[in-house]
Amino acid sequence: MSNILKSALLGTALTAATATAVMAEGVELEITHWWTSGGEAAAVSKFAEAWTATGNTWIDGAIAGSGGTARPIIISRILGGDPMAATQLNHGRQAQELIEAGLLLDLTDVAEAGGWADIVNPSSLLDACTLDGRIYCVPINIHSSQWIWLSHAAYENAGLDVPTDWNEFVASSGDLQAAGTLPLAMGQQGWQQNIAFGAITIAVAGLDAWKAVNIDKDADVARGPEYTAAWEAVANARELARESNVQDWNQATNMVITGTAGAQIMGDWAQGEFAVAEQVEGEDYSCLPGLGLNPVLDTGGDAFYFPVNDDADITAAQKELAALLISPETQVSFNLAKGSLPVRGDIDMSTANGCMQKGLDILADGGVLPSGDIAFSQDTTLQIEDLMAQFWSGDMSAADAQESYAQLIEDAD
Amino acid sequence: MTVASEPPSHKGKRPSRLFKNWMAKLASLPMILTALVVFVGGTAWTVTYSFTSSRMLPKTSWVGFDQYERLWNTDRWIISIKNLGIYGICSMILTLVIGFSLAACLDRKIRFESAFRSIFLYPFALSFVVTGLVWQWILNPDFGLQNVVRGWGWESFTFNPLNDPNTVIYGLLIAGLWQGTGLIMCIMLAGLRGIDEDIWKAARVDGIGTVKTYVMVIIPMMRPVFITALVLIASGIIKLYDLVVAQTGGGPGLSSEVPAKYVIEYMFRAQNLGQGFAASTMMLCSVVIILIPWAYLEFGGKKRG
Amino acid sequence: MADMTTNTAAGPRGPKPKKAFSRGNIFLYGTLIVVSMYYLLPLYVMIVTSLKGMPEIRMGNVFGPPMEITFEPWVKAWSEACTGINCDGLSRGFGNSVRILIPSIVLSIAIASINGYALSNWKFKGSETFFTILIIGAFIPYQTMLYPIVIMLREIGLMGSIGGLVLVHTIFGMPILTLLFRNYFASIPEELFKAARVDGAGFWQIYFQIMLPMALPIFVVAIILQVTGIWNDFLFGVIYTKPATYPMTVQLNNIVNSVQGVKEYNVNMAATLLTGLVPLVIYFASGKLFVRGIAAGAVKG
Repeated sequence: MSNILKSALLGTALTAATATAVMAEGVELEITHWWTSGGEAAAVSKFAEAWTATGNTWIDGAIAGSGGTARPIIISRILGGDPMAATQLNHGRQAQELIEAGLLLDLTDVAEAGGWADIVNPSSLLDACTLDGRIYCVPINIHSSQWIWLSHAAYENAGLDVPTDWNEFVASSGDLQAAGTLPLAMGQQGWQQNIAFGAITIAVAGLDAWKAVNIDKDADVARGPEYTAAWEAVANARELARESNVQDWNQATNMVITGTAGAQIMGDWAQGEFAVAEQVEGEDYSCLPGLGLNPVLDTGGDAFYFPVNDDADITAAQKELAALLISPETQVSFNLAKGSLPVRGDIDMSTANGCMQKGLDILADGGVLPSGDIAFSQDTTLQIEDLMAQFWSGDMSAADAQESYAQLIEDAD
Repeated sequence: MTVASEPPSHKGKRPSRLFKNWMAKLASLPMILTALVVFVGGTAWTVTYSFTSSRMLPKTSWVGFDQYERLWNTDRWIISIKNLGIYGICSMILTLVIGFSLAACLDRKIRFESAFRSIFLYPFALSFVVTGLVWQWILNPDFGLQNVVRGWGWESFTFNPLNDPNTVIYGLLIAGLWQGTGLIMCIMLAGLRGIDEDIWKAARVDGIGTVKTYVMVIIPMMRPVFITALVLIASGIIKLYDLVVAQTGGGPGLSSEVPAKYVIEYMFRAQNLGQGFAASTMMLCSVVIILIPWAYLEFGGKKRG
Repeated sequence: MADMTTNTAAGPRGPKPKKAFSRGNIFLYGTLIVVSMYYLLPLYVMIVTSLKGMPEIRMGNVFGPPMEITFEPWVKAWSEACTGINCDGLSRGFGNSVRILIPSIVLSIAIASINGYALSNWKFKGSETFFTILIIGAFIPYQTMLYPIVIMLREIGLMGSIGGLVLVHTIFGMPILTLLFRNYFASIPEELFKAARVDGAGFWQIYFQIMLPMALPIFVVAIILQVTGIWNDFLFGVIYTKPATYPMTVQLNNIVNSVQGVKEYNVNMAATLLTGLVPLVIYFASGKLFVRGIAAGAVKG
């Protein structure tokens, strides 16, 4: 088997770097993740470099297509009794059953030795890794969804000022439309529409209503007047995005980059697209966290889990890797490459760009919300996304959608 | 056309029937194991867990018919079934008609037969992921077919099936037919080659026209061919998933969702195994209801006679 | 359209048009050429796109020929495109795909041909029932069987190995292949079988000495179907093996489905064509044998 491994790795930069390390009795760890785009791959290679530098070997098991494709593969491997050494999963409730079945490694001793409880900010990230007081995963980064990205070119062409919050955006959308520009770019996929819904709700219905629905699962609030206003705002946004017939989120982002659309509501990862197109924040585009009204961010993101292994050497190496992933140097290099925020507040991120700085300020001020991954089960999330897909692409009334949504909140878990 | 050998055991020449056929039984063991352990066993497992509230991992937490109740109250499932119905009927009919027509054309002693045959067949070699991607592109209004025709001067030409909830299923059909008709054409062609030329002679003597001969004489004679073709087409339709994911992702909205996609997404994205299993059980039930009587007639009853 | 001639040669049996430029003939070739365009259009788009640079692609018009031909996308797809941190393109998985393909084909076809032989010549009580179950199995979406198969492979200790994957391909290829072989062997004249029985030949003797030599065409069909299915398989390959033995389709998926960053359509198309090359070559090479084989296997029932 090691022959096959070696021949498979032959020709990669990694082999050259690790050839000596293997001889120094390093351990080979297979790591599964779904980071396959340019920026993501650059970020994950920071991990691999750091790991290789410790004299061990990183065997990369990348699978593109996000959680939907990768998750059954990861779970099958773990269930099949022949797991990878470490794997990416969104933190939150996804891994709870695997933990309960005793399939994931307990990292509590590593966490205590590293003082994670003190350094991880916000602490909810660590809570998401914790079950019955034991810690089972390493939070890696923070991604937030409540951003609107505005195209300066689109507004200049229409002779308008770039809006500074959602209300201004809505007010100027008529003029933008008159100038032949699509106000809101929107990929026609449920999860993207759900992100837009969440962001608009926080802006329009307010934080208290949002928390009541998303955290306390209060269906009455979901049926109440704040949410009626939110749904009407979303229905309005639907009309603003009516002519947007792209599917992928980055195609929608591209419309903002080229100025064919005024704005897009999307998570902080959209930044990568602007960076690739060599656009400058503040000159070519603006970013407004919380749609410029309620500067709060949710704290979704990625975490690494370590399936239980009966080889003591591998177990030791797994713990070593866990400690490495959260170390200050790795956190800085990884997150700068990925465009996400670090999970510890005690490190220097001054080289980050303007949008990331805005995010870091909000984090420092404690304006954080639990992410969808933590608030809802995947099951509820998919049902909500289905509703969003139905609502945004059809002509369902806001009132009907609100009732369906409230029903889902009532049954949510 | 059916030439089924009488199994020796039916002759009753040897005293011990069980012993006499033991080598055939032994050799069939892989098939028997696959049928019983994998297909029957796996299906029973799936059906069993559809009555539980299993989430990420299978668990025996019984909830009766709850999953089914939820399933049939879900808009997306109903939409999926309707879509599969439309796609299935269109695909079944068009694949048979196109496959047969092309085969009949190729069977007329034309030049370049093998070139045409290869052209019709090659899409079958490409995976659905690719098929979906290419057609998504050709049907893209901004730089695909619509754009080109407009460039020719027909400014009002509109052909944008993938972004219209009412027509997206036909956009899928265009790609599905492109990928699948070649194989059926080949099977039909092979069937036509198997028709005795005396039939054509007789038809000519009787003064029956070409088209009429095909419809009245040839097609009825090709029943087994059509059945093989139907099994291939139908099993492909039920499993329709990859093409949808690659070409439309189920959109716009939910307008091109199909049952297999519902099953897979609820099993793996929603991590609700119980719900996914309930949906797949419903799919399986419909297959069994359609197939069992047919299979009995086709494989069971006839040969025993 | 009404002219009819009989022909005695093997090959096309349909009525032959007499004149080269009869109305019917023009109609016939016209139809075939128009239909061919529908089939060829996507291939044309794929090839043209794979030879364009990204700036040209962004300008639109998928049908336009490349203004400046570049083979860069092909090179990139084969040896440079990144899968996670490994930037060696499709070449990484090619060997694995071959290593998976060959044993899977051999085992699945061997078993299916024996099944078909037993089902048509050595029926036993219940054999048709098992066969019916198999055929129904052809209609089950593979994905619903993932977890049961994971459990089965774990129990027999084949999880994560190429052996396990070969077994999975054998199982899921079995229904259609068995159907083909069964129909084929049923079409072989009964007398041959009976005569061999009278001479005292047994199960395996008849299989190896009489049936196998006659079964070349159907083996070609089976090989084509299996090459297509196994070579294009992504799901089983990625679930039942490990990164070191991932087939080429995993890299193809990673190249095509990377949702973040700029979509490199030219590289996608080149990767697609490269991946499809093996089945395509087999199709074009097998040509007539394929139709002959299908004629024998799918037609008689």
